[in-house]
Amino acid sequence: MAPTYVLLALLMVLPMVMVVRFALMDNVIVNRDPVFVGASNFLRLLGDRTFQISLGNTLYFTVMSIAFHLLIGLAFALLLNSSLIDPLLRGVLRAVYIVPWMFTATITAVIWRLLLNPVGIVNFTLQALNIAAANIEWFSSSTLALHALTFVNVWAGYPFYMVSLLAGMQGIPDELYEAAKIDGADNVQRFRHITLPHLTPIIVSIAMLDFIWTMHLFPLVWMTTGGGPGRSTEMLATFTYKLAFTTFDFSLASASAVIILIVSIAVALLYIRYQRASDERGAP
Amino acid sequence: MKRTIAAALSVAFACGVAWAGGSGEDSSDEVVTIEFIQWWEPELPAGAFRAIMDDFEARNPGIRVELISGPYANTRDQIVTGAATGTLSDVVGLDGAWVNDLAKQGAIAPLDGLIAETGFDAAQVADIIRVDGRSYMFPVATFVYPIFVNLDLFDAAGIDALPRTRSEFVAAARRLTDPAANRYGWVLPLSLQAPNGVQNDVMSWVWASGGSMLDGGQPDLTNADVVEALAFIDAMYQERLISPGSFAKQEQDKVEEFVNGRVGMMVSTLAHINMIRERNPELNFTISDFPAADGYSGPRGLPYAAWGIGVSAASEHPEEAWRLVEYLMSSEVNSRLVSIANAFPGNVNATPDFVTGDELFGRGFAIFQAGYLANEFVGLPVAEELMRLFGQEIQLLLDGEQTVEQTVSRAQRAWAAEF
Repeated sequence: MAPTYVLLALLMVLPMVMVVRFALMDNVIVNRDPVFVGASNFLRLLGDRTFQISLGNTLYFTVMSIAFHLLIGLAFALLLNSSLIDPLLRGVLRAVYIVPWMFTATITAVIWRLLLNPVGIVNFTLQALNIAAANIEWFSSSTLALHALTFVNVWAGYPFYMVSLLAGMQGIPDELYEAAKIDGADNVQRFRHITLPHLTPIIVSIAMLDFIWTMHLFPLVWMTTGGGPGRSTEMLATFTYKLAFTTFDFSLASASAVIILIVSIAVALLYIRYQRASDERGAP
Repeated sequence: MKRTIAAALSVAFACGVAWAGGSGEDSSDEVVTIEFIQWWEPELPAGAFRAIMDDFEARNPGIRVELISGPYANTRDQIVTGAATGTLSDVVGLDGAWVNDLAKQGAIAPLDGLIAETGFDAAQVADIIRVDGRSYMFPVATFVYPIFVNLDLFDAAGIDALPRTRSEFVAAARRLTDPAANRYGWVLPLSLQAPNGVQNDVMSWVWASGGSMLDGGQPDLTNADVVEALAFIDAMYQERLISPGSFAKQEQDKVEEFVNGRVGMMVSTLAHINMIRERNPELNFTISDFPAADGYSGPRGLPYAAWGIGVSAASEHPEEAWRLVEYLMSSEVNSRLVSIANAFPGNVNATPDFVTGDELFGRGFAIFQAGYLANEFVGLPVAEELMRLFGQEIQLLLDGEQTVEQTVSRAQRAWAAEF
């Protein structure tokens, strides 16, 4: 056990303690003799307009991503679990639907930068179908960029939900559906009263994990918009990075990181509490 | 089993201690090892930079050079953290935009003392970068940014002369632009991820007409030169003469569009000439100096990027580090290095061999000699952040959300806070 504790302390606790300490000092690293300044970095940050915008963007991006990850993942999982589809076609669809998950964030960013280029294939298709009259600047428009970025993240992340929910669906005993059928329950009623309750623990778990992952997401945002145009796609992760590595304000960056950490820990605690309650209740 | 593991661990530990102890200085034959952090080695042909270091070592038998090489984007972060932890390399590759911050952090040392002690002829250095009157960086190699012109598109549009003024540039862009064919006159990258478009593609218009964004070392973005240059760019953008997608576009996207013949003109570094030729051998292009404001007849400022060099303030071997700086700045070695890098020399007496062997580089050298190097971001505090702040305001301007006057006054306020 002891080596585990040592590793945990070195790799988890020590960096966290250092970041919290940095957040309470005036500018560390670039300042050779930093002094303790209490909560002033946090107060400065909370009053910063860019931080507020980043927080709003991050919440929108995270909540919309989770909602659409769930909707699309659930829809595809239901499709792949359906006996109405030919098994061969189901196998092909399963392989196709999971493809976005195979790409790293960098590859995803490169692919979508090309697809959503003003002279890219998406605009070409939209114009060929008479849906758009002119080239749309997806990542360059301050009104569209955040939605375009969210769309890309939804595309990249739904397979995780699909796979998890499909596994959950395949674990539901067929007898339950047969009994419900005999009792006269239609498809919607069977989904609502059998499928959904069985999937709820999985949905809650993956949604909480997704919240933490999406809130931390950096490479996709950085490699597509860099937080722009203006501040329209600025996220907490990109804002923190800029504080650290373009303005060299490591204490303010640490304060921002601590705020992200607090939100993540809060969600993680909710997740642990939910898991514990589920364990105590037993399976649905 | 336990004994075997314990023995293996002991051997590993002993090796580690011996290695760590031997990595700094070899006392037996008094060879000093100095580290040189830079991003140049990966950008040069394989082995070329190491060969220059081997030559240095042969001429200086007591000194060994260990190259710490990485991509440009990571080098500054490594320098900042290296300085904070006391592990910064002895010799440091620098970008002029980093110098102010690194000097204020105490990461790099002033070179004036070493210059005086060794009697180094500072007059042979093309442009010494100073902070608070002290010298911190020598440019080893300089990459200038002229205008690249697609001659086939010019011929097809019936344009027979390269634009020399802003009016001629707009007129050429109008004739080149054909949205139905996805072809545009100019390309302007304004991504906030890598905001150097503000320096190379926006402020270059100001410098080319003898203007400035500073007054006495302080921001002066509200002056008439900056306002006119922004109004000129905004007019082109609103007239849709600039290829769409500027706000998410980076330097590599800009070059890609030029290589593919989708834009007639772009601002780019001479270092891209060979890459453009490799990517599209059929492309018929040339370079031209920067168009100036109508009626301006003075010398034209030419934007540039530089591979700079400095010495770590915490170096235990400053004399040996300085020897390497002197060596790289010498006329002979500087000529050799910039010839490989397709750059212009940091030593005024050096002459790269490519300017006589290649028509485009020869033309570039003539432009370089006729004008003057202009990059006012060099030596400024948080230079990249200044570009990003200005870039944000320019995006709002082009998006129609504010006027030119509001743009410069807001950027001026943001800059003043950083200064």
